[in-house]
Amino acid sequence: MDKLLQLLSTNSGFTTAEIASMLGEPEDYIKAQIKEYENKGIIKGYQAVVNWEEVENSNVEALIELKVTPKKETGFDEMAELCMAFEEVESVYLMAGAYDFALIVQGQSMQDIAMFVAKKLSTIDGVLSTGTHFIMRRYKDRGMNLTDFDNQADGRSLIL
Amino acid sequence: MIDYQKYFNDEIKTVKPSGIRRFFDIANEMDDVISLSIGEPDFQTPWHIRDEGIKSLEKGRTWYSPNRGFSELLSEICEYYKRRFKVSYNSKNQALVTVGGSEAIDLAFRTLVQKGDEVIIPQPSFVCYEPLTVMAGGTPVIINTKNEDNFRLKAADLEAVVTDKTKLLVLPFPNNPTGAIMEKQDLEEIAEVVKKYDLFVLSDEIYSELTYGDRRHVSIASIDDMYERTVVINGFSKSYAMTGWRLGYALGPAPVISMMTKLHQFGIMSAPTTAQYAAIEALRNGDCDVNKMRDEYDMRRRLVVDNFNAMGLKCFEPLGAFYVFPCIKSTGLTSEEFCTRLIMQKHVAIVPGTAFGSCGEGFVRVSYSYSINHLKTAFKRICEFLEELNNGS
Repeated sequence: MDKLLQLLSTNSGFTTAEIASMLGEPEDYIKAQIKEYENKGIIKGYQAVVNWEEVENSNVEALIELKVTPKKETGFDEMAELCMAFEEVESVYLMAGAYDFALIVQGQSMQDIAMFVAKKLSTIDGVLSTGTHFIMRRYKDRGMNLTDFDNQADGRSLIL
Repeated sequence: MIDYQKYFNDEIKTVKPSGIRRFFDIANEMDDVISLSIGEPDFQTPWHIRDEGIKSLEKGRTWYSPNRGFSELLSEICEYYKRRFKVSYNSKNQALVTVGGSEAIDLAFRTLVQKGDEVIIPQPSFVCYEPLTVMAGGTPVIINTKNEDNFRLKAADLEAVVTDKTKLLVLPFPNNPTGAIMEKQDLEEIAEVVKKYDLFVLSDEIYSELTYGDRRHVSIASIDDMYERTVVINGFSKSYAMTGWRLGYALGPAPVISMMTKLHQFGIMSAPTTAQYAAIEALRNGDCDVNKMRDEYDMRRRLVVDNFNAMGLKCFEPLGAFYVFPCIKSTGLTSEEFCTRLIMQKHVAIVPGTAFGSCGEGFVRVSYSYSINHLKTAFKRICEFLEELNNGS
Protein backbone atom coordinates (compact mmCIF):
# COMPACT_ATOMS: atom_id res chain seq x y z
CA MET A 1 0.00 0.00 0.00
CA ASP A 2 1.07 3.55 -0.65
CA LYS A 3 3.09 4.63 2.41
CA LEU A 4 2.06 8.25 2.20
CA LEU A 5 -1.64 7.36 2.24
CA GLN A 6 -1.04 4.88 5.01
CA LEU A 7 0.63 7.57 7.14
CA LEU A 8 -2.06 10.16 6.49
CA SER A 9 -4.83 7.69 7.18
CA THR A 10 -3.37 6.98 10.63
CA ASN A 11 -2.68 10.63 11.39
CA SER A 12 -3.54 13.48 9.07
CA GLY A 13 -1.93 15.88 11.53
CA PHE A 14 1.64 15.13 10.40
CA THR A 15 3.32 18.09 8.77
CA THR A 16 4.65 17.63 5.27
CA ALA A 17 8.18 18.09 6.67
CA GLU A 18 7.63 15.22 9.11
CA ILE A 19 6.23 12.98 6.41
CA ALA A 20 9.13 13.85 4.12
CA SER A 21 11.57 12.85 6.88
CA MET A 22 9.80 9.63 7.69
CA LEU A 23 9.54 8.51 4.08
CA GLY A 24 12.97 9.78 3.08
CA GLU A 25 11.56 11.94 0.26
CA PRO A 26 11.91 15.67 -0.47
CA GLU A 27 9.21 17.80 1.12
CA ASP A 28 8.22 19.33 -2.23
CA TYR A 29 7.57 15.90 -3.62
CA ILE A 30 5.34 15.02 -0.66
CA LYS A 31 3.40 18.28 -1.05
CA ALA A 32 2.87 17.64 -4.76
CA GLN A 33 1.85 14.06 -4.11
CA ILE A 34 -0.75 15.09 -1.52
CA LYS A 35 -2.11 17.75 -3.89
CA GLU A 36 -2.42 15.12 -6.61
CA TYR A 37 -4.27 12.74 -4.31
CA GLU A 38 -6.63 15.54 -3.34
CA ASN A 39 -7.24 16.52 -6.95
CA LYS A 40 -7.90 12.98 -8.00
CA GLY A 41 -10.33 12.51 -5.12
CA ILE A 42 -8.20 9.78 -3.57
CA ILE A 43 -7.89 11.91 -0.46
CA LYS A 44 -11.46 13.07 0.19
CA GLY A 45 -10.86 15.14 3.29
CA TYR A 46 -9.37 15.26 6.76
CA GLN A 47 -11.32 14.64 9.95
CA ALA A 48 -10.62 14.34 13.63
CA VAL A 49 -11.53 11.08 15.34
CA VAL A 50 -13.68 12.44 18.16
CA ASN A 51 -14.51 10.44 21.21
CA TRP A 52 -18.05 11.76 21.49
CA GLU A 53 -18.70 9.93 24.71
CA GLU A 54 -16.50 12.46 26.44
CA VAL A 55 -18.56 15.34 25.04
CA GLU A 56 -21.70 16.52 26.81
CA ASN A 57 -25.02 16.34 24.95
CA SER A 58 -23.45 14.55 22.06
CA ASN A 59 -25.49 12.63 19.51
CA VAL A 60 -26.49 8.99 19.63
CA GLU A 61 -25.76 6.74 16.71
CA ALA A 62 -27.38 3.68 15.25
CA LEU A 63 -26.59 1.17 12.60
CA ILE A 64 -29.58 0.60 10.38
CA GLU A 65 -29.96 -2.49 8.23
CA LEU A 66 -31.93 -1.93 5.10
CA LYS A 67 -33.46 -4.48 2.77
CA VAL A 68 -34.54 -2.98 -0.52
CA THR A 69 -35.72 -3.91 -4.00
CA PRO A 70 -33.07 -2.93 -6.52
CA LYS A 71 -34.26 -0.88 -9.47
CA LYS A 72 -34.11 -2.38 -12.94
CA GLU A 73 -31.98 0.36 -14.49
CA THR A 74 -29.94 1.74 -11.66
CA GLY A 75 -29.60 -1.22 -9.31
CA PHE A 76 -28.79 -0.04 -5.79
CA ASP A 77 -27.35 3.33 -6.70
CA GLU A 78 -30.63 5.18 -6.72
CA MET A 79 -31.52 3.92 -3.27
CA ALA A 80 -28.05 4.83 -2.02
CA GLU A 81 -28.47 8.33 -3.33
CA LEU A 82 -31.81 8.74 -1.57
CA CYS A 83 -30.27 7.60 1.73
CA MET A 84 -27.22 9.79 1.36
CA ALA A 85 -29.39 12.86 0.98
CA PHE A 86 -30.53 12.77 4.64
CA GLU A 87 -28.30 14.80 6.85
CA GLU A 88 -28.98 12.36 9.68
CA VAL A 89 -27.18 9.70 7.66
CA GLU A 90 -23.47 9.64 8.35
CA SER A 91 -22.42 6.61 6.27
CA VAL A 92 -23.98 4.43 3.61
CA TYR A 93 -22.55 1.04 2.75
CA LEU A 94 -23.77 -1.55 0.26
CA MET A 95 -23.42 -4.93 1.90
CA ALA A 96 -23.07 -8.52 0.87
CA GLY A 97 -25.06 -10.81 3.15
CA ALA A 98 -28.34 -10.82 4.99
CA TYR A 99 -29.32 -7.25 4.07
CA ASP A 100 -28.50 -4.73 1.36
CA PHE A 101 -27.49 -1.47 3.00
CA ALA A 102 -25.94 -0.55 6.31
CA LEU A 103 -26.41 3.05 7.35
CA ILE A 104 -24.87 4.86 10.25
CA VAL A 105 -27.44 7.37 11.46
CA GLN A 106 -27.05 10.13 14.00
CA GLY A 107 -29.69 11.74 16.12
CA GLN A 108 -30.06 13.69 19.34
CA SER A 109 -31.79 10.78 21.06
CA MET A 110 -32.87 7.21 20.48
CA GLN A 111 -36.39 8.54 20.02
CA ASP A 112 -35.11 10.90 17.38
CA ILE A 113 -33.53 8.07 15.42
CA ALA A 114 -36.55 5.82 15.84
CA MET A 115 -38.74 8.54 14.36
CA PHE A 116 -36.33 9.09 11.49
CA VAL A 117 -36.40 5.41 10.61
CA ALA A 118 -40.14 5.08 10.93
CA LYS A 119 -41.08 8.24 9.10
CA LYS A 120 -38.35 8.85 6.58
CA LEU A 121 -36.42 5.67 5.83
CA SER A 122 -39.00 2.94 5.88
CA THR A 123 -41.37 5.01 3.80
CA ILE A 124 -38.99 5.24 0.86
CA ASP A 125 -40.37 3.43 -2.13
CA GLY A 126 -38.51 0.14 -2.52
CA VAL A 127 -37.49 -0.26 1.13
CA LEU A 128 -38.70 -3.69 2.21
CA SER A 129 -37.59 -3.68 5.84
CA THR A 130 -35.33 -1.97 8.33
CA GLY A 131 -33.52 -3.10 11.46
CA THR A 132 -32.20 -0.61 13.94
CA HIS A 133 -29.19 -1.29 16.20
CA PHE A 134 -28.24 1.46 18.58
CA ILE A 135 -24.54 1.90 19.19
CA MET A 136 -24.03 1.66 22.94
CA ARG A 137 -20.36 2.36 23.14
CA ARG A 138 -17.51 2.84 20.73
CA TYR A 139 -14.41 1.00 21.85
CA LYS A 140 -12.37 1.37 18.73
CA ASP A 141 -12.99 3.60 15.77
CA ARG A 142 -11.03 3.95 12.54
CA GLY A 143 -8.15 2.03 14.03
CA MET A 144 -8.05 4.11 17.20
CA ASN A 145 -8.56 2.86 20.69
CA LEU A 146 -11.19 5.14 22.27
CA THR A 147 -10.99 3.51 25.67
CA ASP A 148 -8.43 3.79 28.38
CA PHE A 149 -7.95 0.02 28.33
CA ASP A 150 -4.31 -0.85 27.97
CA ASN A 151 -3.43 2.80 28.09
CA GLN A 152 -1.17 2.30 31.03
CA ALA A 153 2.16 4.06 30.82
CA ASP A 154 4.96 2.30 29.01
CA GLY A 155 4.96 -1.22 30.44
CA ARG A 156 8.64 -1.73 29.78
CA SER A 157 11.00 -2.01 32.71
CA LEU A 158 14.25 -0.20 32.95
CA ILE A 159 16.97 -2.79 32.89
CA LEU A 160 20.73 -2.66 32.45
CA MET B 1 29.02 -7.84 61.42
CA ILE B 2 30.01 -10.11 58.56
CA ASP B 3 32.61 -8.83 56.14
CA TYR B 4 30.94 -9.92 52.94
CA GLN B 5 33.84 -8.70 50.85
CA LYS B 6 35.92 -11.64 51.93
CA TYR B 7 33.36 -14.05 50.48
CA PHE B 8 33.27 -12.47 47.05
CA ASN B 9 35.03 -13.62 43.96
CA ASP B 10 37.83 -11.15 43.18
CA GLU B 11 36.65 -10.67 39.63
CA ILE B 12 33.07 -9.70 40.46
CA LYS B 13 34.41 -7.01 42.78
CA THR B 14 36.10 -5.30 39.85
CA VAL B 15 32.97 -5.29 37.70
CA LYS B 16 31.31 -1.88 37.63
CA PRO B 17 27.52 -1.61 37.57
CA SER B 18 25.98 -0.64 34.23
CA GLY B 19 26.22 3.06 33.42
CA ILE B 20 22.75 3.05 31.91
CA ARG B 21 21.26 2.33 35.30
CA ARG B 22 21.96 5.66 36.93
CA PHE B 23 19.78 7.57 34.47
CA PHE B 24 17.03 5.04 34.84
CA ASP B 25 17.10 5.59 38.58
CA ILE B 26 16.77 9.36 38.17
CA ALA B 27 13.99 8.89 35.61
CA ASN B 28 12.13 6.58 37.95
CA GLU B 29 11.91 9.30 40.59
CA MET B 30 10.39 11.86 38.23
CA ASP B 31 6.90 12.51 36.95
CA ASP B 32 6.37 13.51 33.37
CA VAL B 33 9.57 11.91 32.12
CA ILE B 34 9.90 11.40 28.41
CA SER B 35 12.30 8.53 28.06
CA LEU B 36 14.27 7.70 24.96
CA SER B 37 16.47 5.33 26.85
CA ILE B 38 14.89 1.91 26.60
CA GLY B 39 16.59 -0.67 24.43
CA GLU B 40 13.73 -2.97 23.65
CA PRO B 41 10.91 -2.94 21.08
CA ASP B 42 7.84 -0.91 22.04
CA PHE B 43 5.74 -3.39 20.06
CA GLN B 44 4.00 -6.24 21.79
CA THR B 45 4.79 -9.73 20.57
CA PRO B 46 2.56 -10.32 17.51
CA TRP B 47 -0.69 -11.96 18.57
CA HIS B 48 -0.35 -15.22 16.60
CA ILE B 49 2.97 -15.82 18.35
CA ARG B 50 1.53 -15.10 21.79
CA ASP B 51 -1.40 -17.33 20.95
CA GLU B 52 0.85 -20.32 20.28
CA GLY B 53 2.44 -19.77 23.69
CA ILE B 54 -1.00 -19.71 25.28
CA LYS B 55 -2.12 -22.82 23.39
CA SER B 56 0.92 -24.74 24.59
CA LEU B 57 -0.06 -23.83 28.15
CA GLU B 58 -3.66 -24.86 27.57
CA LYS B 59 -2.43 -28.21 26.35
CA GLY B 60 -0.45 -28.55 29.53
CA ARG B 61 2.97 -28.48 27.92
CA THR B 62 4.66 -27.27 31.03
CA TRP B 63 7.67 -29.57 31.30
CA TYR B 64 11.35 -28.92 30.70
CA SER B 65 12.37 -29.02 27.08
CA PRO B 66 15.41 -31.06 25.99
CA ASN B 67 18.64 -29.34 27.07
CA ARG B 68 19.43 -27.92 23.66
CA GLY B 69 15.81 -26.94 23.02
CA PHE B 70 12.94 -28.61 21.15
CA SER B 71 14.16 -30.26 17.95
CA GLU B 72 11.35 -28.57 16.02
CA LEU B 73 12.59 -25.17 17.12
CA LEU B 74 16.23 -26.05 16.44
CA SER B 75 15.43 -27.04 12.89
CA GLU B 76 13.32 -23.89 12.35
CA ILE B 77 16.24 -21.79 13.59
CA CYS B 78 18.67 -23.49 11.19
CA GLU B 79 16.17 -23.18 8.37
CA TYR B 80 15.81 -19.50 9.16
CA TYR B 81 19.55 -18.81 9.14
CA LYS B 82 19.87 -20.52 5.80
CA ARG B 83 16.91 -18.64 4.36
CA ARG B 84 17.80 -15.20 5.67
CA PHE B 85 21.58 -15.15 5.94
CA LYS B 86 22.74 -18.03 3.72
CA VAL B 87 24.50 -19.92 6.48
CA SER B 88 23.68 -23.61 6.98
CA TYR B 89 23.83 -25.31 10.33
CA ASN B 90 22.92 -28.83 11.30
CA SER B 91 20.12 -28.59 13.83
CA LYS B 92 21.24 -31.86 15.45
CA ASN B 93 24.58 -30.63 16.73
CA GLN B 94 25.24 -27.03 15.71
CA ALA B 95 22.47 -25.15 17.49
CA LEU B 96 21.60 -24.42 21.10
CA VAL B 97 18.53 -22.59 22.44
CA THR B 98 19.33 -20.31 25.38
CA VAL B 99 17.71 -17.94 27.84
CA GLY B 100 18.03 -14.87 25.65
CA GLY B 101 21.02 -14.00 23.54
CA SER B 102 22.66 -12.89 26.78
CA GLU B 103 22.98 -16.41 28.13
CA ALA B 104 24.50 -17.55 24.84
CA ILE B 105 27.08 -14.75 25.05
CA ASP B 106 27.99 -15.75 28.59
CA LEU B 107 28.28 -19.41 27.59
CA ALA B 108 30.48 -18.55 24.63
CA PHE B 109 32.86 -16.53 26.81
CA ARG B 110 33.07 -19.19 29.47
CA THR B 111 33.56 -21.90 26.89
CA LEU B 112 36.22 -20.15 24.83
CA VAL B 113 38.07 -17.89 27.26
CA GLN B 114 40.40 -18.67 30.12
CA LYS B 115 42.93 -16.90 32.29
CA GLY B 116 45.53 -15.15 30.21
CA ASP B 117 43.40 -14.89 27.08
CA GLU B 118 42.75 -11.55 25.51
CA VAL B 119 39.30 -10.78 24.13
CA ILE B 120 38.97 -7.95 21.63
CA ILE B 121 35.86 -5.85 22.14
CA PRO B 122 34.99 -2.99 19.80
CA GLN B 123 33.36 -0.08 21.61
CA PRO B 124 30.96 1.67 21.88
CA SER B 125 29.02 -1.52 22.35
CA PHE B 126 26.52 -3.25 24.59
CA VAL B 127 27.58 -3.30 28.22
CA CYS B 128 27.85 -7.03 28.83
CA TYR B 129 30.96 -8.09 26.90
CA GLU B 130 33.56 -6.58 29.19
CA PRO B 131 32.24 -7.89 32.53
CA LEU B 132 31.49 -11.33 31.11
CA THR B 133 35.01 -11.55 29.67
CA VAL B 134 36.41 -10.65 33.07
CA MET B 135 34.24 -13.24 34.80
CA ALA B 136 35.48 -15.85 32.35
CA GLY B 137 39.01 -14.98 33.42
CA GLY B 138 39.94 -13.17 30.22
CA THR B 139 41.37 -9.73 29.66
CA PRO B 140 39.25 -7.31 27.63
CA VAL B 141 41.14 -5.38 24.96
CA ILE B 142 39.11 -2.46 23.71
CA ILE B 143 39.08 -1.06 20.19
CA ASN B 144 37.50 2.34 19.85
CA THR B 145 35.47 2.57 16.66
CA LYS B 146 35.18 6.07 15.26
CA ASN B 147 32.50 8.40 14.01
CA GLU B 148 34.49 9.06 10.82
CA ASP B 149 34.44 5.31 10.08
CA ASN B 150 30.67 5.26 10.72
CA PHE B 151 31.58 3.30 13.85
CA ARG B 152 32.54 0.24 11.81
CA LEU B 153 35.39 -1.96 12.92
CA LYS B 154 38.45 -1.48 10.75
CA ALA B 155 40.81 -4.34 9.97
CA ALA B 156 43.88 -2.17 10.60
CA ASP B 157 42.61 -1.22 14.06
CA LEU B 158 41.98 -4.86 14.79
CA GLU B 159 45.40 -5.97 13.63
CA ALA B 160 47.03 -3.25 15.74
CA VAL B 161 45.78 -4.77 19.01
CA VAL B 162 46.28 -8.46 18.24
CA THR B 163 48.92 -10.10 20.43
CA ASP B 164 49.95 -13.71 20.88
CA LYS B 165 47.44 -13.83 23.74
CA THR B 166 44.46 -12.77 21.63
CA LYS B 167 41.92 -15.51 21.35
CA LEU B 168 38.50 -14.08 20.65
CA LEU B 169 37.02 -11.17 18.72
CA VAL B 170 33.56 -9.90 19.65
CA LEU B 171 31.64 -8.54 16.65
CA PRO B 172 28.64 -6.58 17.96
CA PHE B 173 26.90 -5.58 14.72
CA PRO B 174 24.31 -4.21 13.99
CA ASN B 175 25.50 -2.21 16.91
CA ASN B 176 23.90 -1.02 20.11
CA PRO B 177 24.38 1.96 20.79
CA THR B 178 25.67 3.42 17.51
CA GLY B 179 23.36 1.75 14.99
CA ALA B 180 26.43 0.92 12.88
CA ILE B 181 26.46 -2.14 10.64
CA MET B 182 29.24 -4.09 8.92
CA GLU B 183 28.84 -4.74 5.22
CA LYS B 184 30.26 -7.70 3.34
CA GLN B 185 33.47 -5.97 2.35
CA ASP B 186 34.12 -4.75 5.91
CA LEU B 187 33.71 -8.30 7.14
CA GLU B 188 35.98 -9.75 4.49
CA GLU B 189 38.75 -7.44 5.64
CA ILE B 190 38.18 -8.43 9.25
CA ALA B 191 38.11 -12.10 8.26
CA GLU B 192 41.61 -11.83 6.79
CA VAL B 193 43.01 -10.64 10.13
CA VAL B 194 41.05 -13.26 12.06
CA LYS B 195 42.44 -16.04 9.88
CA LYS B 196 45.96 -14.64 9.84
CA TYR B 197 46.15 -14.73 13.64
CA ASP B 198 44.02 -17.80 14.11
CA LEU B 199 41.38 -16.06 16.20
CA PHE B 200 37.82 -17.08 17.01
CA VAL B 201 34.79 -14.79 16.56
CA LEU B 202 31.72 -14.25 18.70
CA SER B 203 29.26 -12.56 16.36
CA ASP B 204 26.38 -10.99 18.28
CA GLU B 205 23.69 -10.65 15.63
CA ILE B 206 20.70 -9.92 17.86
CA TYR B 207 19.74 -6.89 15.73
CA SER B 208 20.21 -8.75 12.43
CA GLU B 209 16.62 -8.17 11.31
CA LEU B 210 16.91 -4.46 11.86
CA THR B 211 18.97 -3.13 8.98
CA TYR B 212 17.63 -0.39 6.76
CA GLY B 213 17.54 0.58 3.14
CA ASP B 214 18.37 -2.26 0.80
CA ARG B 215 21.06 -3.58 3.10
CA ARG B 216 20.53 -7.00 4.58
CA HIS B 217 22.58 -8.08 7.52
CA VAL B 218 25.61 -10.13 6.53
CA SER B 219 26.82 -12.72 9.01
CA ILE B 220 30.57 -13.11 9.23
CA ALA B 221 29.90 -16.86 9.29
CA SER B 222 28.91 -16.56 5.63
CA ILE B 223 32.37 -15.22 4.68
CA ASP B 224 34.84 -17.77 3.28
CA ASP B 225 36.53 -19.92 5.92
CA MET B 226 34.87 -18.01 8.77
CA TYR B 227 32.09 -20.53 9.35
CA GLU B 228 34.46 -22.83 11.22
CA ARG B 229 35.76 -20.09 13.51
CA THR B 230 32.57 -18.22 14.37
CA VAL B 231 29.92 -18.68 17.00
CA VAL B 232 26.80 -16.74 16.04
CA ILE B 233 24.52 -15.39 18.76
CA ASN B 234 20.99 -14.37 17.99
CA GLY B 235 17.53 -14.44 19.53
CA PHE B 236 13.89 -13.51 19.33
CA SER B 237 13.87 -10.39 21.49
CA LYS B 238 14.50 -7.63 18.98
CA SER B 239 13.28 -9.16 15.72
CA TYR B 240 9.97 -10.50 17.00
CA ALA B 241 9.49 -8.14 19.96
CA MET B 242 9.82 -11.07 22.37
CA THR B 243 12.16 -9.66 25.02
CA GLY B 244 10.17 -10.92 27.98
CA TRP B 245 10.01 -14.48 26.68
CA ARG B 246 13.77 -14.72 27.20
CA LEU B 247 14.78 -16.78 24.23
CA GLY B 248 17.99 -16.74 22.22
CA TYR B 249 20.30 -19.16 20.53
CA ALA B 250 23.85 -19.95 19.51
CA LEU B 251 24.94 -21.45 16.19
CA GLY B 252 28.44 -22.65 15.46
CA PRO B 253 30.85 -25.52 14.88
CA ALA B 254 29.61 -28.70 16.54
CA PRO B 255 32.50 -28.99 19.06
CA VAL B 256 31.88 -25.42 20.29
CA ILE B 257 28.12 -25.90 20.60
CA SER B 258 28.72 -29.18 22.39
CA MET B 259 30.92 -27.51 25.03
CA MET B 260 28.49 -24.61 25.43
CA THR B 261 25.66 -27.12 25.82
CA LYS B 262 27.49 -28.76 28.68
CA LEU B 263 27.63 -25.48 30.54
CA HIS B 264 24.02 -24.63 29.65
CA GLN B 265 22.86 -28.04 30.80
CA PHE B 266 24.41 -27.67 34.25
CA GLY B 267 23.73 -23.97 34.75
CA ILE B 268 20.31 -23.47 33.16
CA MET B 269 19.06 -26.93 32.13
CA SER B 270 16.79 -25.69 29.36
CA ALA B 271 15.25 -22.50 27.99
CA PRO B 272 11.60 -21.67 28.84
CA THR B 273 9.22 -24.19 27.28
CA THR B 274 6.32 -21.83 26.57
CA ALA B 275 8.64 -19.39 24.86
CA GLN B 276 9.98 -22.13 22.62
CA TYR B 277 6.51 -23.02 21.36
CA ALA B 278 5.85 -19.37 20.62
CA ALA B 279 9.21 -19.04 18.87
CA ILE B 280 8.44 -21.93 16.50
CA GLU B 281 5.39 -19.98 15.36
CA ALA B 282 7.48 -16.80 15.05
CA LEU B 283 9.96 -18.47 12.70
CA ARG B 284 7.28 -20.20 10.66
CA ASN B 285 4.83 -17.35 10.20
CA GLY B 286 6.47 -14.19 11.51
CA ASP B 287 8.27 -12.78 8.47
CA CYS B 288 5.58 -10.21 7.73
CA ASP B 289 5.59 -9.02 11.35
CA VAL B 290 9.31 -8.48 11.17
CA ASN B 291 8.94 -6.49 7.96
CA LYS B 292 6.14 -4.39 9.39
CA MET B 293 8.11 -3.52 12.51
CA ARG B 294 11.24 -2.81 10.49
CA ASP B 295 9.31 -0.39 8.25
CA GLU B 296 7.96 1.38 11.30
CA TYR B 297 11.43 1.66 12.89
CA ASP B 298 12.80 2.89 9.59
CA MET B 299 10.32 5.78 9.48
CA ARG B 300 11.15 6.76 13.02
CA ARG B 301 14.85 6.43 12.30
CA ARG B 302 14.69 8.93 9.46
CA LEU B 303 12.59 11.31 11.51
CA VAL B 304 14.99 11.13 14.46
CA VAL B 305 18.14 11.56 12.37
CA ASP B 306 16.68 14.56 10.53
CA ASN B 307 15.54 16.14 13.76
CA PHE B 308 18.89 15.81 15.50
CA ASN B 309 20.74 17.11 12.48
CA ALA B 310 18.33 20.05 12.30
CA MET B 311 19.00 20.78 15.96
CA GLY B 312 22.70 20.94 15.20
CA LEU B 313 23.53 17.68 16.99
CA LYS B 314 25.21 15.91 14.10
CA CYS B 315 24.34 12.32 13.78
CA PHE B 316 25.78 9.84 11.32
CA GLU B 317 23.15 7.75 9.60
CA PRO B 318 22.67 4.58 11.61
CA LEU B 319 21.88 1.68 9.31
CA GLY B 320 20.88 -0.87 11.92
CA ALA B 321 19.28 -1.53 15.33
CA PHE B 322 16.96 1.14 16.79
CA TYR B 323 19.34 3.73 18.14
CA VAL B 324 20.86 6.95 16.93
CA PHE B 325 24.11 8.19 18.35
CA PRO B 326 24.24 11.97 17.90
CA CYS B 327 27.39 13.93 18.68
CA ILE B 328 26.89 16.53 21.41
CA LYS B 329 30.41 17.98 21.38
CA SER B 330 29.09 21.25 19.91
CA THR B 331 27.40 22.00 23.24
CA GLY B 332 30.71 21.97 25.08
CA LEU B 333 29.26 19.55 27.63
CA THR B 334 30.43 16.05 28.40
CA SER B 335 28.02 13.22 27.69
CA GLU B 336 27.30 12.84 31.41
CA GLU B 337 26.67 16.55 31.86
CA PHE B 338 24.47 16.72 28.79
CA CYS B 339 22.29 13.82 29.89
CA THR B 340 22.14 14.92 33.52
CA ARG B 341 21.11 18.46 32.63
CA LEU B 342 18.64 17.25 30.02
CA ILE B 343 16.86 15.01 32.47
CA MET B 344 16.94 17.57 35.29
CA GLN B 345 15.82 20.54 33.21
CA LYS B 346 13.55 18.96 30.62
CA HIS B 347 12.80 15.51 32.03
CA VAL B 348 14.05 13.75 28.95
CA ALA B 349 16.01 10.57 29.65
CA ILE B 350 18.71 9.48 27.24
CA VAL B 351 21.90 7.57 27.91
CA PRO B 352 25.42 9.05 27.79
CA GLY B 353 27.65 7.45 25.16
CA THR B 354 30.22 6.75 27.86
CA ALA B 355 27.95 4.03 29.28
CA PHE B 356 29.06 1.97 26.27
CA GLY B 357 32.78 2.60 26.55
CA SER B 358 34.95 5.61 27.19
CA CYS B 359 35.11 6.36 23.46
CA GLY B 360 31.40 7.15 23.65
CA GLU B 361 32.40 10.50 25.18
CA GLY B 362 30.85 13.32 23.18
CA PHE B 363 27.91 11.19 22.11
CA VAL B 364 24.54 10.16 23.50
CA ARG B 365 22.40 7.13 22.76
CA VAL B 366 18.83 7.82 21.74
CA SER B 367 16.45 4.90 21.32
CA TYR B 368 13.69 5.37 18.77
CA SER B 369 11.75 2.39 19.98
CA TYR B 370 8.92 4.79 20.82
CA SER B 371 5.79 6.09 19.09
CA ILE B 372 6.12 9.03 16.70
CA ASN B 373 4.15 11.27 19.05
CA HIS B 374 6.40 10.37 21.93
CA LEU B 375 9.46 11.12 19.81
CA LYS B 376 8.03 14.46 18.72
CA THR B 377 7.41 15.52 22.31
CA ALA B 378 10.99 14.61 23.13
CA PHE B 379 12.39 16.59 20.17
CA LYS B 380 10.50 19.64 21.34
CA ARG B 381 11.97 19.41 24.80
CA ILE B 382 15.48 18.77 23.53
CA CYS B 383 15.16 21.80 21.23
CA GLU B 384 14.14 23.97 24.18
CA PHE B 385 17.03 22.57 26.17
CA LEU B 386 19.53 23.47 23.45
CA GLU B 387 18.09 26.97 23.14
CA GLU B 388 18.41 27.49 26.86
CA LEU B 389 21.98 26.21 26.71
CA ASN B 390 22.78 28.69 23.96
CA ASN B 391 21.23 31.50 25.96
CA GLY B 392 23.52 30.56 28.79
CA SER B 393 20.88 29.51 31.30
